[in-house]
Amino acid sequence: MLTDITIGQFFPGTSVLHRMDPRAKLLLLIVLMAAIFIFDTPGGYTALTGLALALIFLSGVPASMYFRSLRPLWWILAFTFLIHLCATPGEVFFRFWIFDMTKEGLSRGFFLCLRLTLLILFSSLLTFTTSPLSLTDGMERLLRPLKAVGVPAHELAMMMTIALRFVPTLIEETDTIVKAQQSRGADFSTGNVLKRVRHLVPILVPLFISSFRRADELATAMEARCYRGGEGRTRMKELHVGGVDYAAAGVTALLLAAMGAMKAAGV
Amino acid sequence: MAFIEVEELSFVYPSERGERRMALDQVNLSIEEGEFVAVLGTNGSGKSTLAKHLNAILLPTSGVCRVAGMDTRDAARLWDIRQNVGMVFQNPDNQIIAAIVEDDVAFGPENLGVPSDEIRRRVDEALAAVGMSSFRGFAPHLLSGGQKQRIAIAGTLAMHTKCLVLDEPTAMLDPVGRGEVLDTVRQLHQESGITVVYITHFMEEAAAAQRVVVMEEGKIVEDGSPKEIFSRVDAMKKRGLDVPLAAEVAWKLRKQGVRLPEDIVTDEELVVALCR
Amino acid sequence: MPIELKGVSYTYMKGTPFERMALRDVSLTIADGSLTAIAGHTGSGKSTLVQHLNGLLHPTQGEVLIDGVNLAGKKKEAVLARRKVGMVFQYPEQQLFEETVAADIAFGPRNLELPEDEIERRVRAAMEFVQLDYESYRDVTPFKLSGGQMRRVAIAGVLALEPQYLVLDEPTAGLDPQAREELLRRITDLHRKKKLTIIFVSHNMQDIARMAERVVFMHDGRILIDAPPSEAFFADEKMKEAGLAAPPTVALLSRLRQNGLLVEADAFTAEEAAKRIAKAIRKKEGTAC
Repeated sequence: MLTDITIGQFFPGTSVLHRMDPRAKLLLLIVLMAAIFIFDTPGGYTALTGLALALIFLSGVPASMYFRSLRPLWWILAFTFLIHLCATPGEVFFRFWIFDMTKEGLSRGFFLCLRLTLLILFSSLLTFTTSPLSLTDGMERLLRPLKAVGVPAHELAMMMTIALRFVPTLIEETDTIVKAQQSRGADFSTGNVLKRVRHLVPILVPLFISSFRRADELATAMEARCYRGGEGRTRMKELHVGGVDYAAAGVTALLLAAMGAMKAAGV
Repeated sequence: MAFIEVEELSFVYPSERGERRMALDQVNLSIEEGEFVAVLGTNGSGKSTLAKHLNAILLPTSGVCRVAGMDTRDAARLWDIRQNVGMVFQNPDNQIIAAIVEDDVAFGPENLGVPSDEIRRRVDEALAAVGMSSFRGFAPHLLSGGQKQRIAIAGTLAMHTKCLVLDEPTAMLDPVGRGEVLDTVRQLHQESGITVVYITHFMEEAAAAQRVVVMEEGKIVEDGSPKEIFSRVDAMKKRGLDVPLAAEVAWKLRKQGVRLPEDIVTDEELVVALCR
Repeated sequence: MPIELKGVSYTYMKGTPFERMALRDVSLTIADGSLTAIAGHTGSGKSTLVQHLNGLLHPTQGEVLIDGVNLAGKKKEAVLARRKVGMVFQYPEQQLFEETVAADIAFGPRNLELPEDEIERRVRAAMEFVQLDYESYRDVTPFKLSGGQMRRVAIAGVLALEPQYLVLDEPTAGLDPQAREELLRRITDLHRKKKLTIIFVSHNMQDIARMAERVVFMHDGRILIDAPPSEAFFADEKMKEAGLAAPPTVALLSRLRQNGLLVEADAFTAEEAAKRIAKAIRKKEGTAC
């Protein structure tokens, strides 16, 4: 069902992670993502996995939600694993038809999947514990220095905010339109690719029309509430980098140092 | 000087085929500060177009629209005008901008450049005024239609708006939601003395106003107290509008020769008149 | 043969933390040629119930039968059974997508793979029924029409499927009083003249009271009241439990009664209410003199 999507969903709460400054979280996410690629040793991965598990626990969001966020990528993970399992040369431990499964493939497949999983988990940690508004707010602040070179930081952030706000609304709307057209005998599940694409027209046209109408009405509503771009705008929630953020940065730095040491030592 | 002054206001919608549709035709209207005015009329009678003039979303083709003494065509005062007149629209989904209730209420004052601790105070006040304080951290899509409209009202209150213009705020709501919105507006009018312009199709809501304005084909055709307007049952029906049930029943009874006062609008009044 | 729901339960997002039971053991039989109204709060389960009637949702438990055929059952038969039920969603004009009115109305019949002349016949008939002149409207873009007209086009699009059963979810929402009256008249005609079995969901108790032969009130996924209007609106306790208000006519007349005017309260239009009051006054004056 369409409403099953959890990626990008925010779970309100008061955990340490929720209280962190979104800018700090964004920067640390970037650092951790880089770490995943740099410290690609068993020791590094153990440390990162441990960190991810600890953060999941700290976030107070049910662990099952993180599993759900992995679900859409299940196939990609399985596929990646199988490709590497069978296509990596090395010591064959199992043979099936034309596929040779190697020990090297097993470990490579495993680590690649773990890498993807960690990337998703860390991103989910950010989106689950950061309200979309403070997330975009954080991005806007981080991008602000780039305004000088023409990056429309405020506009991008506002676009993100609105997009995030309307995701649930549009999902609901799509669901209704699909059902309504089904009730008029539309069939979305049979026929070849071309036919199926054509079958999307009765869904896409109403969805586009309604999105344009929504956009128009929303623009009017925003103007009516004195919206005039980013100039002279203040924020209710000013961002503060506080103790939690320094602590988080400290912990991350320590972990990075440890992983660096492990990589140097070849663990 | 009245708070809202509309003089000889006409508005023509431009159309791509070159034909011009006159949505407002020399409208005159003045609304005093603290009044509660309901605007009635069938779809296409010009109600929404008039509403959009009151905070300079649309500008007159000819004539004048003044809000708190400011001409809406005066670009330098645009933001003052919009801060003075808050709008609530029909579709609750298409006017909530933020993904969290309190952030949405803060949107207006943020645009006005209000300092952040002052915004916080205003948001808390506004949410309390519409009875939505406990929903401050909610995502809007989890709220009912009536709750969303109350959030929209709170959004204008946080701008310290003096006048609330509601354009069919209950058209997409169920009876419970309709009750919530009307009660909220009524309370704001009574307790904070806010000026209200309330466009609706529901006669029971119009009956709650102090004054009813009826529009037809871009003109104001009736303007009076709910009692005056709704006692003209014949005229209202001819315009394709309803009257409150009590008014209609009283009218039918009078036609059958039952002696009843001319100005019955509410159930209460009919009960008093019949059971005395 | 009627529509039958036998012990239908439905749970949204089963097996997730968001699991929510929307229908609890609902049994209901809707007779051929009847006009039934369904009411209840947002979240009472009425929309979920209605979506079971043409197989958009299948029960988690229980079964839905149309003319004896289980909608969740074997392919061909179930598909044919579902087609007997036309469904008009809330704000149906939002599902229009074709370039012309006629093409949009033809979408349903075309999906049924009917011959062209039959499609045209149905489009004509459907447009005539919703009072849109075929010649002057068939080539018009639906998006240029007024709200009321767009809604009529959308309803015609469902009528062109020539269903035996028609389900309407709040057909009058957002219309002005005049357009509302007109649409309700059309729906009554569908029932009286075309002998369609009609099920409509509404929040408007007055509309329900004056149109329906039978009223089903939902609350918390269950059927709370299932009775003709003359009984349903007088089950005060249950009405209160469902959080529903009596139609304005009933409320007004009941109030008069409480204040000593002996008037019968089961009037569902202003006309009837006035008659009842006039009668009661005459009686009162008769005894007084």
